[in-house]
Amino acid sequence: MTDIAELETSIRADIDVAADEAALEAVRVASLGKKGSISDVMKTLGKMSDEERKVQGPALNALKASITEAINERKEVLKRATMEIRLASEKTDVTLPVRQSPSEAGRIHPISQVMDEITAIFADMGFSVAEGPEIETDYYNFTALNFPEGHPAREMHDTFFMQEDEKGERKVLRTHTSPVQIRTMENQEPPIRIIIPGKTYRCDADATHSPMFHQLEGLVVDKKANIANLKWVLEEFCKSFFEVDNVNMRFRPSFFPFTEPSLEVDIQCDRSGNEVKFGEGNDWMEILGCGMVHPNVLRSGGLDPDVYQGFAWGIGIDRIAMLKYGMPDLRAFFDANARWMKHYGFRPLDMPTLFGGLSQ
Amino acid sequence: MKFTLSWLKDHLETDATLEEIVEKLTLIGLEVEEVDDKSQFAPFKIAKVLSAEKHPDADKLQVLSVDIGEGTPVQVVCGAPNARADMYGAFAAPGAYVPGLEITLAVGKIRGVESHGMMCSERELEMSDEHDGIIDLPEGLEVGGSFAEYAGLNDPVIEIGITPNRPDALGVAGIARDLEAAGLGKVKPVAISAPKTNGACPVNVKLDFDKSQEDLCPAFGLQLVRGVKNGPSPKWMQQRLLAIGLRPISALVDITNYATFDMGRPLHVFDADKVKGDIVVRRGKQGESYLALDGKEYKVTDKMTVIADDNGIESLAGIMGGEESGCGDDTVNVLVESALWDPLNIARTGRDLGINTDARYRFERGVDPSFMEPGLYHGTNLVMELCGGEAFEPLIAGEIPKPNLIIDFPVSEVKRLTGIEVSTEECQSILMRLGFGVSGMGETLQVAVPSWRPDVFGKADIVEEVMRIHGINNIEPQPLEATGAVGSKILTVGQTRARNARRALATRGMLEAVTYSFIPEAHAKAFGGGSEACKLANPISVELSDMRPSLLPGLIAAAGKNQDRGAGDVALFEVASIYLGDTPETQHRVAGGIRRGSAGLTGGGRDWRDAGSPVDVFDAKADAFAALEACGMDASKAQIVAGGPDWYHPGRSGTIQLGPKLVLGHFGELHPMTLETLDVSGPICGFEIMLDNLPASRKKATKTKPPLELSGLQSLARDFAFVVDSDCDALTLIKAAQGADKNLVASVKIFDIFEGPSLGENKKSIAIEVMLQPKDKTLTEEDIAGVSSRIIATVEKATGGTLRG
Repeated sequence: MTDIAELETSIRADIDVAADEAALEAVRVASLGKKGSISDVMKTLGKMSDEERKVQGPALNALKASITEAINERKEVLKRATMEIRLASEKTDVTLPVRQSPSEAGRIHPISQVMDEITAIFADMGFSVAEGPEIETDYYNFTALNFPEGHPAREMHDTFFMQEDEKGERKVLRTHTSPVQIRTMENQEPPIRIIIPGKTYRCDADATHSPMFHQLEGLVVDKKANIANLKWVLEEFCKSFFEVDNVNMRFRPSFFPFTEPSLEVDIQCDRSGNEVKFGEGNDWMEILGCGMVHPNVLRSGGLDPDVYQGFAWGIGIDRIAMLKYGMPDLRAFFDANARWMKHYGFRPLDMPTLFGGLSQ
Repeated sequence: MKFTLSWLKDHLETDATLEEIVEKLTLIGLEVEEVDDKSQFAPFKIAKVLSAEKHPDADKLQVLSVDIGEGTPVQVVCGAPNARADMYGAFAAPGAYVPGLEITLAVGKIRGVESHGMMCSERELEMSDEHDGIIDLPEGLEVGGSFAEYAGLNDPVIEIGITPNRPDALGVAGIARDLEAAGLGKVKPVAISAPKTNGACPVNVKLDFDKSQEDLCPAFGLQLVRGVKNGPSPKWMQQRLLAIGLRPISALVDITNYATFDMGRPLHVFDADKVKGDIVVRRGKQGESYLALDGKEYKVTDKMTVIADDNGIESLAGIMGGEESGCGDDTVNVLVESALWDPLNIARTGRDLGINTDARYRFERGVDPSFMEPGLYHGTNLVMELCGGEAFEPLIAGEIPKPNLIIDFPVSEVKRLTGIEVSTEECQSILMRLGFGVSGMGETLQVAVPSWRPDVFGKADIVEEVMRIHGINNIEPQPLEATGAVGSKILTVGQTRARNARRALATRGMLEAVTYSFIPEAHAKAFGGGSEACKLANPISVELSDMRPSLLPGLIAAAGKNQDRGAGDVALFEVASIYLGDTPETQHRVAGGIRRGSAGLTGGGRDWRDAGSPVDVFDAKADAFAALEACGMDASKAQIVAGGPDWYHPGRSGTIQLGPKLVLGHFGELHPMTLETLDVSGPICGFEIMLDNLPASRKKATKTKPPLELSGLQSLARDFAFVVDSDCDALTLIKAAQGADKNLVASVKIFDIFEGPSLGENKKSIAIEVMLQPKDKTLTEEDIAGVSSRIIATVEKATGGTLRG
């Protein structure tokens, strides 16, 4: 008995001092190996008396098991220590910067973003999105929209003309998105509810004008749409778009050849600070033109003005983008200045929705 | 259109304040653009010069002691020759802004003597051009009183923007009529009686037009006044003209300008002694020219209407008089003209000659024909009133049109179009206040349109009149009827593609640009454009002359500008239209993008983990594929053909096609010559995807995806390397490996490309990893050997290469 206890004490002492896995392995071989100390004692079992063996046998097996466990435990401790040394040597400077994810670095132009915002709002009111060509015939851009030839109203539009063709006719760069009204009426039976976002062109360039700009046209044609509905649509739009609880709008009689009655709309705002605030203040800012579709325009679209009626409006997309997001200069929209785009542009995953909010 | 408050009150009796008038004008459609309340004249006071001593150090200056009504007199140094003791004048204290000098006064020292203000001349207060001396007021005025009030300088000026449909509001009298209708006062009618005359007019007038062109001048009125004395017009008239920005010239000329703004009736005056023979109103003749009142010579054409005599053209009808027969200080006998002209002809003539006058502005919008004759008398009366003389019988040539449009107007139209509930009585009352004749009761009224409203044609126009006077802001908004419970998809395929491509490209770190649709001709030509059909006839500059045939030139030029600003590594894209012709069918929706410098997917510039390698064809290819995939297209189905359009590097560009004809897009590095033309340095790669050319996705009955088949059997990878000719396409090799055993080969990936002398000249090695996925049984060594040899054989056959030993 004493022998076994001594043996265990001695082996355990060796295990405890083994400094690395190799030393531990040497201890294992020296104790549990074929010629190890425990194995040597085991070999004596055969020479023992039955009674002696009954006592010594289990004791030796227990010793073997406990030493095996002690070695494994020590092995785990040594492995950890080794790993810790390695890890300590692997320290790195985690303050080093990483590159911005491309999906964070990219930008959507404010015009595209605002068009998506507008689309979300009007989709909710049952409108769809129509489009048309930017190089238009004089007929669609003017005549069909009740701009008689030679009428001074044509001069209100500083028109870009294309070269004359063989027939002496010249196309124009559309001066408004209104030609799409006619193209839609020609192809679609009422009820019509469309918005028409798109590029428009006027031969005009100064601090507040750009020869290319973006317009949003709206058109509703059915058998009862009237000015009261028009006011509702525009008020709802302005509230949703500018994300304010209240807007105060002022409708003034005006003149557009393609609407009768025609109205211009001002929105009440506070321009005293750097930002324009809606729903408060003492200033009126003109933001759009609208009116009931002129009987002659309905006729151009093949509709009987005594049966069908409707309203239309036009608003500058760039302009309302500027008002909402505070860009000071229209011309910068088309300058493709990377710094401008990064600053005023929108992150690609910021999709305007009504359920998630138009903007962050 | 400008006028002053006192001028308006000549025509309108009203207690309304300036603010009320301004607000009402805007609400009835006469939008007030600016109000100058003239408060800048408030600082000017009536002052009395107590003494005037010679300046000690200047011969032409005097030192005045001036009583300004505030106790102690102030010292003022003055250079006016007429300054003298006991005179009354207009004084400006330090701090006052003097409009004629455009300076704000301060206490100053003039040749060593302090001056505490100034005595003003008329020119300094912009009252006239008079600057020979300071204003000399009558004695006995209240010292310290407001000079502006005394001189009528405090008359507020209102400027309104008149829409082209409202020529009736181009005279103060017409504005007063609108305000009366809107309940803001009562019109004071202008009484015009035919002048007393002394015999027939000695000058004859002939309207010389073909029958078909009589509309050019329907009627022409002329009246001679003899023995006038021309000179400056009265102060009140000069002041009003000055207030609205017109320069007073002489009584005769000022009368015509005044009538233009007062009554909306342009008049003209000829010096009768300079008119030779009869007056003929006719079309111009090719080659004729005339010297206009603005001192310029204009060439007329036979499309223009002129007033001529034996000397030739004396006036360009309805636009501008001639210098030769103009009235001056020596005019004794004057011919007053009041006529009617064809609006379109006036507009075209004015546009062609580039002449903008107040007369043209009114005639091209339409003046009231019924007022032609009264207007003539009005002018004649004013001439006699201000310049004396005696009138001769008026001469009216042609026939004055009498518009008598009567519109059947169902009152229900107002509610139909506007939602306003308005009674027949209110409707009637509004229209009558505006001068419409209304008859009939009941549901449909007969509405006679007044001669001064050429814009009113039909029912909708009358609705507008009722609405604007009733008040638009009284209309309660009403919701548009809801169309259904849940909205459905509203975007077209093209719109969805554009939107998706945009978001996809932006997630690749690119910035969305919106560039002009027109580009310089040279840029258009470098990208296959520049055709006549795509050229603007009147570009705003030569830099913006041609509709773009591609998005790339605009983006590349933008990259160049960014480089100039210090941002050389940029990735830009645009989703917009290109124009290959001038028809709707040749306008195409395109997604295009470029990367410059080191602006690859992970960003441009140097980074501690990425040295910033230059962008190349594969950056552009990846962008192009991303755009395709975003549009719902399986990019692996597309064919990639080496080479692209001329503007790309011939060896480093590719064309994305479906079949031999349908081109979906291009990608590549830009040709150095292209960059040279655009004056932008590389490296630049770019791509364009023609969104309209993508095949429509097949409509499926359900949205169910095909079942996912996951094999429980282990897949395994095998690597092969082939030595092939340098110009062998990778795609050929991949397709061959894929086709070697369609049941087993799940994917083929290229993991190494090697070129080196060890392979021999014009050879390269392509190493692939082939993933084998058994479907029904585990592969045996033999199976694997079999498929491997099939892969080797197929690839070798397709590429002409050999397995690399």
